[in-house]
Amino acid sequence: MSTAAIIMLIISILTVWGGLGLALVNLQRHPEDDTRMPEEHAPEL
Amino acid sequence: MSNLSHPKGAPPAKPPREMWSTRKVFILAAIGSAVGLGNIWRFPYVAYENGGGAFIIPYLVALLTAGIPLLFLDYAVGHRHRGSAPLAYRRLTPKAEGLGWWQVAICFIISIYYAVIIAWAGMYMIFSFTEAWGADPATFFISDFLQVSENINIGFDFVPNVLIPLVIVWALVLLVLAAGVQKGIGRANIIFLPLLLVMFLLLVIQSLFLPGAADGLDALFTPDWGALTNTGVWAAAYGQIFFSLSVAFGIMVTYASYLKRKTDLTGSGFVVAFSNSGFEILAGIGVFAAVGFMAFTAGAEVGEVAGSGGIGLAFIAFPTIISEAPLGALLGVLFFGSLVFAGFTSLISIIEVIISAVQDKLGMGRVKTTWIVGIPLALISILLFPTTTGLNLLDVTDAFVNNFGIMACALVTVLLLTYAFRKLPLLGGHVSDVSSIKLGLGWRILVGILSPIVLGYILISELIKKIQEGYAEMPTWFVGVFGWGMVVALIVVALVLSLIPWSSKSAANDPVLDAPNKKEVSK
Repeated sequence: MSTAAIIMLIISILTVWGGLGLALVNLQRHPEDDTRMPEEHAPEL
Repeated sequence: MSNLSHPKGAPPAKPPREMWSTRKVFILAAIGSAVGLGNIWRFPYVAYENGGGAFIIPYLVALLTAGIPLLFLDYAVGHRHRGSAPLAYRRLTPKAEGLGWWQVAICFIISIYYAVIIAWAGMYMIFSFTEAWGADPATFFISDFLQVSENINIGFDFVPNVLIPLVIVWALVLLVLAAGVQKGIGRANIIFLPLLLVMFLLLVIQSLFLPGAADGLDALFTPDWGALTNTGVWAAAYGQIFFSLSVAFGIMVTYASYLKRKTDLTGSGFVVAFSNSGFEILAGIGVFAAVGFMAFTAGAEVGEVAGSGGIGLAFIAFPTIISEAPLGALLGVLFFGSLVFAGFTSLISIIEVIISAVQDKLGMGRVKTTWIVGIPLALISILLFPTTTGLNLLDVTDAFVNNFGIMACALVTVLLLTYAFRKLPLLGGHVSDVSSIKLGLGWRILVGILSPIVLGYILISELIKKIQEGYAEMPTWFVGVFGWGMVVALIVVALVLSLIPWSSKSAANDPVLDAPNKKEVSK
């Protein structure tokens, strides 16, 4: 493989999978509120 | 907006709307829907033909500026209005109901041919053990397996080798859907998605150890920076992201409608979008490593053997690779098994759009609706596609429903929601109320200005191309009926369905109509 191809392979993996990693970290920092069911939030009920 | 006919404490008239048990299940189901056949056989070739390694730049720009913003738009409509696509759009504004039915009609068309490809892949998984295609996989696929007729028309000469697995695919998918949102769709994704990932990772690892793999990766990742000045390359990136993410044809509206009220929509959406792209990169590596091996064994350049992806890659090129590769049967099971699982979880989501819509419209239970929708759907699919003329029909309907069904529907949707109904501030506000990452003016610009420009450009380019060149040298009447005629029929059907009133039994009168107010959410 050429150097340019290796660099672009690494950049592609780092950006996309790095983006996935960041998205997962963000989601973990905002845990789901399991204690409430949706109906509890619906104003019309 | 509150529904005064359902005061607090009133007993529910019917079972509550189904929902995902946790957002993790929703995320898995949404990834299962997005990761489909296109990730495996379309992305690697789009990247290869549009700048190689340099394609990652327009690809990421398209993901962040159109794919993810449109994904959030779908989430907002479904989550705020908690209904199938027609009902959710109707609740947004009654004039928008037709958009939802248009999406349902698109899913109807896609589901009847998509199931057939899964049936083919299932058979090829079995063929891999004996390398049944012999020395000439192309002839085997067209003449022996599909027994493709020379006449391009609609015939009813059934091919048992396709008919039987197709019946099995329909039986399995309807059983999953009849089991419901959590117990059926959720469980299927919890099982199949990790299985798909493990199988595909093994496939990539095996491919990387084949001789010539590095040449394949070199061909895929060597950047052609000049391509970045070509508008066609940017359109290809937006098109790939758009088709890959399952946006704008009702799936994400439907899936988001089953979420709990307080769910981090943007946080979940970023995970779904980057998982989908992560799988595409993986597919690019796996497929081009294998194509590199094919070039190595043929003593040719990668470009000479690469082909153009799609059905040709899966059912002609890969069998060739499997025949030559060490542990070829394993490679075949991993590749075709991945196609089956990726396709199956996507097919589930496509049919769910239709079932959910009919369920809301008729106010019936899940199981009954599944059979009322599923049996006719399966019969149409079984009648038209496992025949000697099925391949041509599949080819035309696929090309037209994608370019002039989904793409046109997406364009009309963003234009109407932005400029006619002016709902973007409301929808963005809803997403921001419940999510970790807020949507503001930037999101509204991307959805309301950039997306229509890009979608319009791609749509008009395709329109001009198809009008000037026809389609794949097929007879004009065939393309006229099953291509152009079909996409026009989708719109007519959508308009007619949107005129049918919602009965008192329908879900239109269910109590949960609106988003939580800010006070409730911030508790």
